[in-house]
Amino acid sequence: MVRYLLGYIGHWAGKAVANLHQAARLINQTAYWLTIGSFKKGVRVGSLIHEMTAVGFNSIPIVAVIAFCIGMILALQAAYQLRRIGAMVYVADLVSLSIARELGPMLTAIIVAGRSGAAFTAEIGSMKVAEEIDALVTMGLNPIKFLVVPKFMAMLLMLPCLTLLADLTGMVAGGVIGVASLGLDAGVYYQQTLRAVAMKDIVGGLVKSLSFACIITLVGVHQGFLVEGGATSVGERTTSSVVTSIFLIILADCFFTTLSYIFT
Amino acid sequence: MTHLPNHNQDPSIAAIEVRDLVVHYGPRKILDGVSLRVFPAEILVVLGGSGCGKSTLLRTMLGLLRPTSGQVLVKSKDITRLNDDELLEIRLKTGVLFQSAALFNSMTIEENVSLPLREHTALNDATIKIMSKIKIGLVGLSGYEDFMPSQLSGGMKKRAGLARAISMDPEVLFFDEPSAGLDPITAAGLDDLILKLKKTFKMSIIVVTHELPSVFKIADRIVMMDKGLVIFDGTVEEIKASSIPRVRQFIEREPEGDASRTDQFLEALNCG
Repeated sequence: MVRYLLGYIGHWAGKAVANLHQAARLINQTAYWLTIGSFKKGVRVGSLIHEMTAVGFNSIPIVAVIAFCIGMILALQAAYQLRRIGAMVYVADLVSLSIARELGPMLTAIIVAGRSGAAFTAEIGSMKVAEEIDALVTMGLNPIKFLVVPKFMAMLLMLPCLTLLADLTGMVAGGVIGVASLGLDAGVYYQQTLRAVAMKDIVGGLVKSLSFACIITLVGVHQGFLVEGGATSVGERTTSSVVTSIFLIILADCFFTTLSYIFT
Repeated sequence: MTHLPNHNQDPSIAAIEVRDLVVHYGPRKILDGVSLRVFPAEILVVLGGSGCGKSTLLRTMLGLLRPTSGQVLVKSKDITRLNDDELLEIRLKTGVLFQSAALFNSMTIEENVSLPLREHTALNDATIKIMSKIKIGLVGLSGYEDFMPSQLSGGMKKRAGLARAISMDPEVLFFDEPSAGLDPITAAGLDDLILKLKKTFKMSIIVVTHELPSVFKIADRIVMMDKGLVIFDGTVEEIKASSIPRVRQFIEREPEGDASRTDQFLEALNCG
């Protein structure tokens, strides 16, 4: 029984170490091709534009709709509490700060992890199953440069843009509810929002979104490269990619929020 | 009992030489000391039953797998020990047609064929287009340049994959199960194409397959593998006359004794 248990732990640990080794190699190679490699051999501009469209432009509707809904929900929940103490005007503070510092970056990242992170895994996984990755290697094309770098750059450029869009949409939604349903004056709501949100809140959210972009891309492509066998493995890895990304996004958010609480 | 290599060519002129290759997948030994030579302008067929290690041999010869021990010498350089830049030099002179053709589904046929030229040469767009068209024409797919891979039949995909494999004018061309999944007429057409390529470009061609009609039609020399070992190395006539039981069983298409026996199944699995 003990031998069986030890064997199981050893097998599990061996797989975890191999996995970690592969992830470290991926990070190392991606860092090289993003920096030195890009200067030496250039960037595939066509692929970058394609990925920017897929990751950024095509995500605009879903990010805007969800951010709008979240802004409305936040305004209504804030009003529910603030009405009791007659401080309805602070709905603007609560909505704008919550969105700029936390919900904007995190919700956008979770939506993009579900959309694009899953797509990265499925694309690379399917290419692996169809021997397309092997074909790239035998043609002397580096899969990291060819597949990962355009995705990584697109994510780094587009996730902060989507976060800004989510921030703006969520705040507008809070204002719409404040004016239409809670009887607040539009000008007062606008002024109160400007007073509440400082530039550092927006910038802090964008810094978070950059770290989320790294998490989504690296987890997505790493899980894609781990696909083995056939369609079942693609499905399993895609699920794992979304779950791992969301878990790491929340963990990173927790870390950044704790840091900002300690140092401000 | 094995048939040893009997070719008369000078070993020093071999385009590729594999020496005592041992490859493991985890604890399973897939190749157990494989040695062979591929000479310039010859078609070498690597023959063997499913799971005998021939695809593993191909992947190791392509530098996609690292062997446990042994060497794969290309132009006297052991590719198992080369760094990425040195390996790139070898890869630019090597073409591969994968079993599934491995065309990039998001690109047209012309884009697939021109990809290596765009990435590895400084040629202008017009020249690359002309060169791609020539290669596409050579495999009989003129007029299909703007088609997506999903719009082509299995045989046409293989031809397109072949056009991409020869786009850089390789000195060595690998085929992994070229006839798999094709009807006999399409497979025969592909065999003719392989012979035409050898005649036109004088390249060394390595074909991994278990399709006997195809083997007898195209092979200059045959290497037969079983359980991770080379058990035969000779010409078509020699394999037809071979008295090695496993070779005879393969040539005469005799079934295994009792396919449902667990020990035989596990043994086959262990062989890879």
